[in-house]
Amino acid sequence: MAHGAVAANAQYNYDIVKKFAIMALVWGVLGMTAGTYIAAELAFPFLNFDIAQITFGRLRPAHTTMVIFGFGGSALFATSYYVVQRTSQAQLYSPQLATFTFWGWQIAILVGVIGYLNGITEGKEYAEFPWYIDLLIAVVWVAYLVVYVQTLRRRSQPHIYVANWFYLSFILATAILHIFRNLSVPVGMFHPESYSLYAGVQDAMVQWWYGHNAVGFFLTAAFLGMMYYFVPKQAGRPIYSYRLSIIHFWALSFMYMWVGGHHLHWTALPDWTSSLAAAFSILLLLPSWGGMINGIMTLSGAWDKLRTDPIMLFMITALSFYGMSTFEGPMMSLKSVNALSHYTDWTVGHVHSGALGWVAMISFGSLYHLIPRLWETKLYSQKLVYVHFWLATIGVVLYIASMWVSGIGQGLMLRAFDDYGNLAYTFIESVTFMHWPLVVRMLGGMFFVTGILTMAFNIAMTIRAAKAEQAAIDAKIAAKMAQAGA
Amino acid sequence: MKLNHESIEINAGLMIVLIMLAISIGGLVEIVPLYYIDDTVEKVEGVRPYTPLEQRGRDIYIREGCYTCHSQMIRPFRDEDMRYGHYSLAAESKYDHPFQWGSKRTGPDLARVGGKYSNAWHTQHLNNPRDVVPESIMPNYPWLLKNDLDYADVADRMRALKMVGVPYSETDEEYQANVQEFGADVAEMLDINKAEANLIAQAQSQDWDGDRTRLTEMDAIVAYLQVLGTMVDFSKYDEGYFAEFR
Repeated sequence: MAHGAVAANAQYNYDIVKKFAIMALVWGVLGMTAGTYIAAELAFPFLNFDIAQITFGRLRPAHTTMVIFGFGGSALFATSYYVVQRTSQAQLYSPQLATFTFWGWQIAILVGVIGYLNGITEGKEYAEFPWYIDLLIAVVWVAYLVVYVQTLRRRSQPHIYVANWFYLSFILATAILHIFRNLSVPVGMFHPESYSLYAGVQDAMVQWWYGHNAVGFFLTAAFLGMMYYFVPKQAGRPIYSYRLSIIHFWALSFMYMWVGGHHLHWTALPDWTSSLAAAFSILLLLPSWGGMINGIMTLSGAWDKLRTDPIMLFMITALSFYGMSTFEGPMMSLKSVNALSHYTDWTVGHVHSGALGWVAMISFGSLYHLIPRLWETKLYSQKLVYVHFWLATIGVVLYIASMWVSGIGQGLMLRAFDDYGNLAYTFIESVTFMHWPLVVRMLGGMFFVTGILTMAFNIAMTIRAAKAEQAAIDAKIAAKMAQAGA
Repeated sequence: MKLNHESIEINAGLMIVLIMLAISIGGLVEIVPLYYIDDTVEKVEGVRPYTPLEQRGRDIYIREGCYTCHSQMIRPFRDEDMRYGHYSLAAESKYDHPFQWGSKRTGPDLARVGGKYSNAWHTQHLNNPRDVVPESIMPNYPWLLKNDLDYADVADRMRALKMVGVPYSETDEEYQANVQEFGADVAEMLDINKAEANLIAQAQSQDWDGDRTRLTEMDAIVAYLQVLGTMVDFSKYDEGYFAEFR
């Protein structure tokens, strides 16, 4: 067995996968800690400490960038480079180009985040990177596409495995979204600021076409790719339905691009656009649940694994949250619901049920599966995986539930009238009301961060043990060689 | 050749082409018409590009990430009308690069905050929100009063904005066009050649931050906040007029 593993290591480029996997954890810890801190700032505003760099408005883009692009992005690079090699049974194309994507991506995020803290931002949610980082990311992304497609072309199988369809769709869509959202004119060649090519209502539509598809392709399609490899692997079962995967893949890729306008209900965006977006949002429930069903049903015949395998727990819980948030999303895209939910914490809770419940959980599960294989060892502690699972699950539940209370509560207060037809509450009364939900949300965040810290410890110990094992083997071989020589 | 999914699965090139097709349609159908359907942006008088001082204030608004907690988009509901004023028009943000409609109201909407409070209130509120709203959870922004406003690059900023379509003028011809469109007073303010002088003059025209001897970031951001939502005179229009554009 050891022999086979050594061969796999020589056959595939695992080095790049290891680098990205470790950075996923580093950004995860930093980004989620930043998120918990800004959650605390909303509950206890003195935590802003009159320090410009850590005020909510500057730290919030740092949080979203570190978790989406740092944690999520690195996890996707790691798993996609692993999956494309394993399913193609071919080595990754051009290690130099792959290494370039690693450094380019990490530098983009690091420089971007330091910039946000110092007030360098384009002021477009999830696309706050200044123009020079946008350019760097565009180059990195093209390199990523080249490495990915060239590796696919080396495949020793005639068929491209389903996980790769999703990764491919994610890479292509992200390229288009990134380029068109970030078209802007810099103030000067050496000036960090720039002005968006689009204005007003068109800028708004481009923004949410980008913003919702950052969710749709970056945070959904790509992680479905992850799911399509790691869930069957961990379960030791084939994917439930090949046919379902075809239908929901094409439906998802096609429909997601239509739904962004539901972020702009009742605004100055024309009605036809947001209504069309709402119609597609409701239709999107079908392909979303297609993916969820395909993932969960893969476990049919192996349900007992939930009793013995905490990694499987992560994956199935992730799919359950995916199903829940893709039901909640279409519901919130209904105009009547959106009238209440928009602008409130309900949206924030919805995003996190997807981001924590689905994206982070499936990543944790996949990384727990992946890392021992990369380092050819066993996980340091299975028990700590259970601990992480429960910390994460309790954290998400506290988060979502408190945001429902806060969001729906504020929405109802702001639209309430007294018996004389006057507004029943002032705005600041709704802020006061939100204090306790915000405190509970902060606690939820703390649970989640403690969870990922547990994971970081577990992984660090795993890698340390792997290195010690490797050193022992090397020493033994050296001793044998010396003996043979003598 | 029989058309089945296998032919896609064994051909990476074909798969890429079909994916590109599938993901391009939605965006094209929903975005491109917004540039060609005339009713998208209402025809309304009064909306003009920002003055140099207001634009610098807007830059600071973006720098501080105000949009992460404040929207600038009032929806056509009775409660929003009573709380904030007339619902927002697309025309009112037609010179906003980027738009700042926002997505979250941790604090109230600011689309029509202009003229609602005094300059002194804004200065005090930004410096320490709890001085005027004890329950506020907004951070303090004391550095806005301390930092001198950097306006050395204001003409470059206006040039960049001009390139993306904001009608600031540089030639005499453009200036005359602005006189036609906005009147002489406004056209004067949109002249890139006079950007710095205009900025300083506007900063000293009022007691923005309570200290006329210094030109601070507070001057700029208060000037920006005070113009928000004040450009359109709604008394000039029938109630039903704007509904026609929806």
